[in-house]
Amino acid sequence: MTILIIAEHAQGELKPETNKVVTASLALGSEIHVLVAGYDCKQAAESAAAILGVTRVLIADKPAYQYQLAENVAALVAELAGGYEYVLAAATTSGKNFMPRVAALLDVEQISDIIAVEAADTFKRPVYAGNAIATVQSTDHKKVITVRTTAFDAAEVGESAPVEYLETDIDMGVSTFVAETLTVSERPELTAASIIISGGRGMQNGDNFAMLESVADKLGGAVGASRAAVDAGFVSNDMQVGQTGKIVAPDLYIAVGISGAIQHLAGMKDSKVIVAINKDEDAPIFQVADYGLVADLFDVIPVLESQL
Amino acid sequence: MKILVPIKRVIDYNVKVRVKPDCSDVDLSNTKMAINPFCEIAVEEAVRLRESGVATEVVVVSIGEKACQEQIRTALALGADRGIHIETSSNLGSLQIAKLLKSVQLEEQADLIILGKQSIDSDNNQTGQMLAALMGMPQGTFASKLELADGKVAVTREVDGGLQTLSLTLPAVVTTDLRLNEPRYASLPNIMKAKRKPLDVKSAVELGAATTSSVKVLKVEEPATRTAGVMVESVEALVDKLKTEAKVI
Ligand SMILES: Cc1cc2nc3c(=O)[nH]c(=O)nc-3n(C[C@H](O)[C@H](O)[C@H](O)COP(=O)(O)OP(=O)(O)OC[C@H]3O[C@@H](n4cnc5c(N)ncnc54)[C@H](O)[C@@H]3O)c2cc1C
Ligand SMILES: Nc1ncnc2c1ncn2[C@@H]1O[C@H](COP(=O)(O)O)[C@@H](O)[C@H]1O
Repeated sequence: MTILIIAEHAQGELKPETNKVVTASLALGSEIHVLVAGYDCKQAAESAAAILGVTRVLIADKPAYQYQLAENVAALVAELAGGYEYVLAAATTSGKNFMPRVAALLDVEQISDIIAVEAADTFKRPVYAGNAIATVQSTDHKKVITVRTTAFDAAEVGESAPVEYLETDIDMGVSTFVAETLTVSERPELTAASIIISGGRGMQNGDNFAMLESVADKLGGAVGASRAAVDAGFVSNDMQVGQTGKIVAPDLYIAVGISGAIQHLAGMKDSKVIVAINKDEDAPIFQVADYGLVADLFDVIPVLESQL
Repeated sequence: MKILVPIKRVIDYNVKVRVKPDCSDVDLSNTKMAINPFCEIAVEEAVRLRESGVATEVVVVSIGEKACQEQIRTALALGADRGIHIETSSNLGSLQIAKLLKSVQLEEQADLIILGKQSIDSDNNQTGQMLAALMGMPQGTFASKLELADGKVAVTREVDGGLQTLSLTLPAVVTTDLRLNEPRYASLPNIMKAKRKPLDVKSAVELGAATTSSVKVLKVEEPATRTAGVMVESVEALVDKLKTEAKVI
């Protein structure tokens, strides 16, 4: 079975999500090609070629793909898809954006957010904010799949697969990039961090998140947030963890001033160890926490920081 | 300018679903149902665009069993002008839904189609993108801001790294994120008024929809449950547990 993976990359660098999609693909076949669509993305293509299991890398290095505009990338992928049984990408905001478009162009359903490969045509995926796990079987001739990367380990690197340049240059001309505001941080990315400390409405304001940042810095971790904290304007949207935000599964997740709504739990309950700090002993977050501390966060977070 | 807003009837977001004992599906009997929260945001955005004079008509469409007329009435009470119900008893996949929406759009010729980014039941996050592809339209997914001017829509999108703004030619498809707006509550007079607004009913089969999906659900199970752990009395005890027991720091 031949598999096409669309690489996740930014600022010339390959993202670890791609390595995780490779792991998911290994259960489907051994001929694994990775497409790197972008502009000035040679370095990402070289990194993709080094992933164990990848047999070929295709690079489409054109201005039309620079911002991963869904119209252009989907048209490119749909054109290439003829030779493949599977098309996969990570279920990131980028993959979620262009992959359903690819599926529709190929006249097949998309299987979103798989967490396990049961057979060549059968997959597991969470539904209802992770409160149920569905096993689904697809009869489509081509399978378009997005992968929940927290469910798969990253494939190792070490090989060197051939890199082939594509000349296909598709600009549909209906969308243009205007601007972007990307959050720059010295800390690890949420989806890659092994330790995350998240704050909720209980943090009261954005300035108080500095307390969590100090803890994160001592632990080499990332800072996340609940939707309530994002909505209230304490922190930016890219920090939201949950059903409709980022899905994370670090070794340690510390929830501070977060009640534990199902939509939040959906994004973090697969973490290895969960700590909850909340002043309300009945907060639902304690039902999923390995260690719970009933306390006022303003009293205990500075102490926590000083003890690390 | 006309805006088309596809809305879906789903379980109320506050309700925690239960899986049926035979693992065939989730149990939705006697559960509270509602408009998918992201669709409610789509309706609100469309209504605001009409109220500000940018749009002239807001048409909502829902595909599903007869009961989804309740959600169409709610959307009409929130300010939409007209409803279309495409009746089907089958559990259609997103591609089939997108194809039905395409047939509606071919008739309505809306300039802007606003959908939710994701249904909170299937968690699919694909219908809007599929519809855009089928129509050959540009798409602005996960929108937290819309600005219409000069035959174009500028969409600010919530992406993993932060925010991205795109400019799309009209007609276009936009899918909503949570921060686009805060939906209003329907007032009693508006709920009464909504009862008299036009609601057209069509049959999915007549519109040529497939009655089966190429993706079959074999079983639905409870996720692995986490059991509550221990409560600690102090930060010292917590740090000690994390170091010596959990060994994560
Ligand atoms: C369609 C939809 C999608 C959603 N998606 C998401 C999502 O992806 N992610 C997400 O997080 N939410 C999401 N939500 C929102 C979710 O339902 C909750 O509203 C939200 O998670 C609540 O955030 P919170 O726990 O910070 O706030 P609250 O529920 O208000 O909880 C605040 C907590 O802080 C505690 N607290 C207050 N002060 C202190 C103090 N001084 N010390 C210690 N504890 C304190 C309180 O006891 C309380 O438990 C979604 C909602 C909808 C409708
Ligand atoms: N049965 C339906 N009827 C009308 N609109 C729908 C239906 N299913 C999905 N949609 C629209 O597509 C959006 C995304 O849904 P999904 O792709 O299922 O996550 C929803 O928020 C709705 O706007």
